Amino acid sequence: MTAALPHLIVVPVVLPLVTAAVLLLLGDHRRRLKSLLNVSATAAGLVVATTILLRVDGTGEIGVYLASNWEAPFGIVLVADRLTALMLVLTGVLSLCAALYAEAAWSRAGVYFHPLFQIQLMGLNGAFLTGDLFNLFVFFEVMLAASYGLHLHGSGWPRVRSGVHYIAVNLLASALFLIGLAVLYGVVGTLNMADMAAKLALVPTHDRGLLVAGAAILAVAFLIKAAMWPLNAWLVPAYTAASAPVAALFAVMTKVGIYALLRLSTVFFQIDEGSSVHYGKTVLLYGGLATIGFGAIGCLTSVRLDRIAGFAIIVSSGTLLAAFGLDSPAMTAAALFYLPSATLAVSVLFLLVELIERIGKEGRPVLDDVDVSDEDTNLDDQQVPLIGRAFPVSVALLSLAFMACALLVAGLPPLSGFVAKLALLTAALGRGGDVPATGWIVVGLLLLSGFAATFSLARAGIRHLWARGNLSAPQVRGAEAGAVATLLATSVLLTVFAEPVMRYTRATAAGVHAQLQYIETVRSTPARPRPGTPAIDADRPDGPDGPEERP
Amino acid sequence: MEAVLACVIGVLGGAGVWLVLRPRTFQVVMGLTLLSYAVNLFIFSMGSLSIDKPPIAKPGVPADLEHYTDPMPQSLVLTAIVIGFATTALFLVLLLASRGLSGSDHVDGTEDER
Repeated sequence: MTAALPHLIVVPVVLPLVTAAVLLLLGDHRRRLKSLLNVSATAAGLVVATTILLRVDGTGEIGVYLASNWEAPFGIVLVADRLTALMLVLTGVLSLCAALYAEAAWSRAGVYFHPLFQIQLMGLNGAFLTGDLFNLFVFFEVMLAASYGLHLHGSGWPRVRSGVHYIAVNLLASALFLIGLAVLYGVVGTLNMADMAAKLALVPTHDRGLLVAGAAILAVAFLIKAAMWPLNAWLVPAYTAASAPVAALFAVMTKVGIYALLRLSTVFFQIDEGSSVHYGKTVLLYGGLATIGFGAIGCLTSVRLDRIAGFAIIVSSGTLLAAFGLDSPAMTAAALFYLPSATLAVSVLFLLVELIERIGKEGRPVLDDVDVSDEDTNLDDQQVPLIGRAFPVSVALLSLAFMACALLVAGLPPLSGFVAKLALLTAALGRGGDVPATGWIVVGLLLLSGFAATFSLARAGIRHLWARGNLSAPQVRGAEAGAVATLLATSVLLTVFAEPVMRYTRATAAGVHAQLQYIETVRSTPARPRPGTPAIDADRPDGPDGPEERP
Repeated sequence: MEAVLACVIGVLGGAGVWLVLRPRTFQVVMGLTLLSYAVNLFIFSMGSLSIDKPPIAKPGVPADLEHYTDPMPQSLVLTAIVIGFATTALFLVLLLASRGLSGSDHVDGTEDER
C-alpha cells in the first residue's frame, strides 16, 4: 500500500483541475449537477488530504512525487510531509464548508463560480505541495488568478473598487516574488528547495549579500500575502467586499504566505552554519508583534462585523509570524495548533456575518460603519422592555453560533481557541527560569489582542443580536446552517482531540526544525525504472553534476 | 552589455514604480506592464549573459556554462511572460469595469478633494 503514496500526492492538484475542466464543459444551465459535482469533488479532496495525513503521520516518512519521473534537481517534485498534510486537510475542511455554503445561493450570483472555486483549490493545494520554488510561483499565480475572479463574484461597486487595489498589490507582490526567485537562482543555480538548501553551504562569501538580499525580496512578497503590517492595507477592504463563502475560503489564503515563509526560512537557514542562520527572524518577530497590535486596534475601532473579521485575520497572521519569529520548536508546535483553530474561527465568522446581517433586513438598513446611537442600541434607558419580545429560533441559534465563534476568535475557554492560546503562552514563557523580554512582550500582546477581540465581538454581538428591535427571522438555508455547523464542529473536535493534534503538531515542528530529513528524502528519491528497462542509470547522460552546476 | 542591460532594467523599473504610484488607472496598468518587462529582463540576465552560445547540449562539448547559455532562465521568462500577460489582461478588464461603475478613472473611483 505504501507504493500508492507517491501517486496520492498528486491527486490534490489533479482532482480540482479535472473537475474544473468538466465543470467548464458542462455549460451554464445544468446547475444541480454542477453543484453536486463541485461539492463532491471538494469532499473527495478532503478525503484524499486526510488519507495523505494519516499515511505521512503513520509512517513518519516524507512522500515525494517526481513529476514525469525526473529526479529532484531536474524535475519538479511534489513533497508531502506533516506540515503540508496539515495545511491540505485544513484547506479541505474550509473548502468543503465554503462550497456547501455557496450552493445555497452564492454560486448562482454569477457565471463560472464552480470552475474558479476548483482552480483556487488547485492553486492552494499545489502551493502547499510543491518542492520547487518556481513551481511555487506558478501555483501562487493560479491561486491568485482564481481569487481575483472569486473576489469579484457577484459584482458591484465595493467589490470592483477593492478588487482594483487587491489585484494591483498582488501583481506587485508577484513581481517581487520573481525578482527574489531570480536572484536566488542566479546565486545558487537551482530552484528545487531541498537542493538549494543543500547547496547554500557552497555559496562563496562574496555572494552571501546577494543571497540574503534575494531571500529578503522573496520574503517581502510572502509577507504581503501573509498581511504583515504595514503591507496589509489591502486585506480588510478586499475580504469584507468578497461574498461570504469566498471570504471564508480566503481565510486560508493569508496562511499560504505564512506557510511559504515557514517552509523556506526553515529549509534555507536552519542547516546552514554560516552568517545567515536565523536570518530575518527578528523581522518576523517584531513585524508579527506590530501586526498583532495593528489588528487589535483595528478590531476595537470597527463597528461592522465583517471588518472585525478582517482584522481578526490580521491578528492571527501577526500571532503566527511572531511565533515563528521566536523560532523554537515548542513555539512552532503551538503556532501550528493555533493556525487551524484561528483559520476555522475567522472562516465561521465570515459566514456568520452574512447570516446575521440578514436579520431584520426588511425592517431597517444594514448597520453602517458609524456607531449611530438610537434608542435600540442603548441598553441603559431602554424604551421598550426586552422581556416579552419575540426571539425567533433561528436568531437564537445564530446567536449561539456567534458566541461560540467569538470564544474561538478571542481564545476564551472552553473551545480550541483557548487551548491554542494557552499552548502559545506556555511556549513563549518556556519551562520556568529566565524568560527573555521578547517572550513577555509576546505574552502581553497576545492577551491584549484576545481582550480586544472579546470586547469588539461582544459589542458587535450586542448591537446585532441582543439590543435590536423588530427582530425578524432571517432566511437560513439548510446548506448554510450545515456549513457553519460543520466548521464549529471541527473546532469542537479540535478541542476534544487536542492532545493527539498537539502531538501531531509537535512532530511537525520537530520535522520543520530539523530539515535534514526533508532535504535528504527529496534529493535521494530515485526515478522509477521504466517497465521494459531494468536499469536506468546506465543510459543517463549526466549525473548529479549536470548542466545545473554553475562554475 | 551588462551595463546596457542594467540601465534598461533600471529605467524600466523606475518608470514602472513611478507610474504605479500615480492616481490614474491607466497609468497604474502601464506601470505594472513596465515593471513586468523589467522583471522579465532581470530574470533573463540572471542566467549569465552570453552571445552565440547554444542552450542545448551537443555531444563532445563539455556540459557546463562556459560553453552553453543557461536555458533555465529562458524557460522561466517564458512562463513569467504568459502569467504576467494573463493577469494584466484581467486587471485591464477590471479597470474598465471600475471606470464604468464609478464614472472616473481614479484608482479609488473618486477624485481627490483639493
